[in-house]
Amino acid sequence: MSGKSKLIQRYTAGDRVNHALLALAFILAGLTGLAFLHPSMFWLSSLFGGGQWTQFLHPLFGVLMFVFFFVAMVKFWKYNLLTGNDFRWLGRLGDVMKNREENLPPVGKYNPGQKLLFWSLVLAMPLLLVSGIALWQPWFAPMFPIGVVRVAGVVHVLSALVLFLGMIVHIYSALFWIKGSTRAMTRGTVTDAWARKHHPLWHREMTSGEKH
Amino acid sequence: MTMQSQDIVKRSATTRPSPSVRHGVEVAKLIDTSTCIGCKACQVACAEWNDLKEEIGDHVGIYENPLDLTANTWTLMRFAEVEPEEYEFDWLIRKDGCLHCGDPGCLQACPAPGAIVKHANGIVDFVSENCVGCGYCIAGCPFDIPRRSAKDNRVYKCTLCSDRVAVGLEPICVKTCPTGCISFGSKEQMKARAQERVGHLKARGYANAGVYDPEGVGGTHVMYVLKHADQPELYEGLPKDPKIATSVALWSGLKPFTAGLMGLAALGAFVHYFAVGPNEVEDDEEETGKTRAAPAASKED
Repeated sequence: MSGKSKLIQRYTAGDRVNHALLALAFILAGLTGLAFLHPSMFWLSSLFGGGQWTQFLHPLFGVLMFVFFFVAMVKFWKYNLLTGNDFRWLGRLGDVMKNREENLPPVGKYNPGQKLLFWSLVLAMPLLLVSGIALWQPWFAPMFPIGVVRVAGVVHVLSALVLFLGMIVHIYSALFWIKGSTRAMTRGTVTDAWARKHHPLWHREMTSGEKH
Repeated sequence: MTMQSQDIVKRSATTRPSPSVRHGVEVAKLIDTSTCIGCKACQVACAEWNDLKEEIGDHVGIYENPLDLTANTWTLMRFAEVEPEEYEFDWLIRKDGCLHCGDPGCLQACPAPGAIVKHANGIVDFVSENCVGCGYCIAGCPFDIPRRSAKDNRVYKCTLCSDRVAVGLEPICVKTCPTGCISFGSKEQMKARAQERVGHLKARGYANAGVYDPEGVGGTHVMYVLKHADQPELYEGLPKDPKIATSVALWSGLKPFTAGLMGLAALGAFVHYFAVGPNEVEDDEEETGKTRAAPAASKED
């Protein structure tokens, strides 16, 4: 019988610091970006010292976000490869949404939703970086033909949409929906029961060698 | 900005209607390229009235000076040696600068509220204090007119002397032109005058003479009379059928759609929290170490 206080290590201190910096860069790049996405959110530029400052800071936050994401991507891509079970899981999204994990195929370190989020970021982050460079005044935009700058604008908006939709799901799941998840990124550990409930294959892997 | 706020009919990055009590007469500047002698008096007058000083550049053996529009050069004489037809030489001179579109691409692309405005009289003006320096107006313009200043991270272009027009004066280039090839008045007057000039040119054998007032950008408040209106590209790349690029329209059109989808997704998460609720590790799962497959009766509500 596993004890109530038994904890399983999920992230190292390095993982947590990188994730925290990534989250911070996302918040800063996101707020400065939203200011220019729609007039209703232009007031956010006041948080950064006005429009001129916001225009200056946004690309810098964006590059930082990409760097921290890249570090995470290199470490975690191998845990995010989709397997056959994952497609069965994705076919039962109704049960996922209704918290009926007992009806779902067992999940490893990451569930297919988390994996798809990861791959959508792998798509969106480089697109944001490349299109962002083509839009970056004053240093890079003048180096690109005007047609490229225009298409970069479209790509930047669409990839920002992918990023934001992913982040809304990610933040909601980690902070509000799946209770017990947040501590993985704040303290590095999760409870034994949480791991068994949400990531049974990973739990078995982490506790194999131990008696039950 | 010297014009009153009541005169602004369109404002960048603004979703509610602008003040629209006034119905001012639309103005226009007409540039008759057939009577331009390329003296550059307009260019000098523009720099003088607007207090702009271009950096001294290099002479590279052509008439254009400076070589391109800049943040300090809002109007520029462009010279083109062309063969409109085989074995027929023509030297075309065009005063380049903002055309003050009826439907300005710069204004559509601009994300800074009130950094670009369109006045009731048709003048499109940049309000420098609101400019954030993103340069999207440069991408939005079908005529490659706005130029960013490295000194202050703001973008500049011809104002059609909105300060002079506001007090009943003509733009300074019009006042200075020694041949009278630039005229200023109501758009209707200028269209009539343009037709008159086109008639003269046709009578002189320029069968393709015409007015450049392109429909694709909602007409312009700076119009040209061209001898070769069928080939505007001859005049140093004046676009034949200019319109706001599809990519620019898509770019600005996608923004409200994107903001809306983000809002909907956040609302979806909010509703999910109250409809389904958080997924918690139950006490019994914690204590007994039940297997995953055991149904949790409490959730079958």
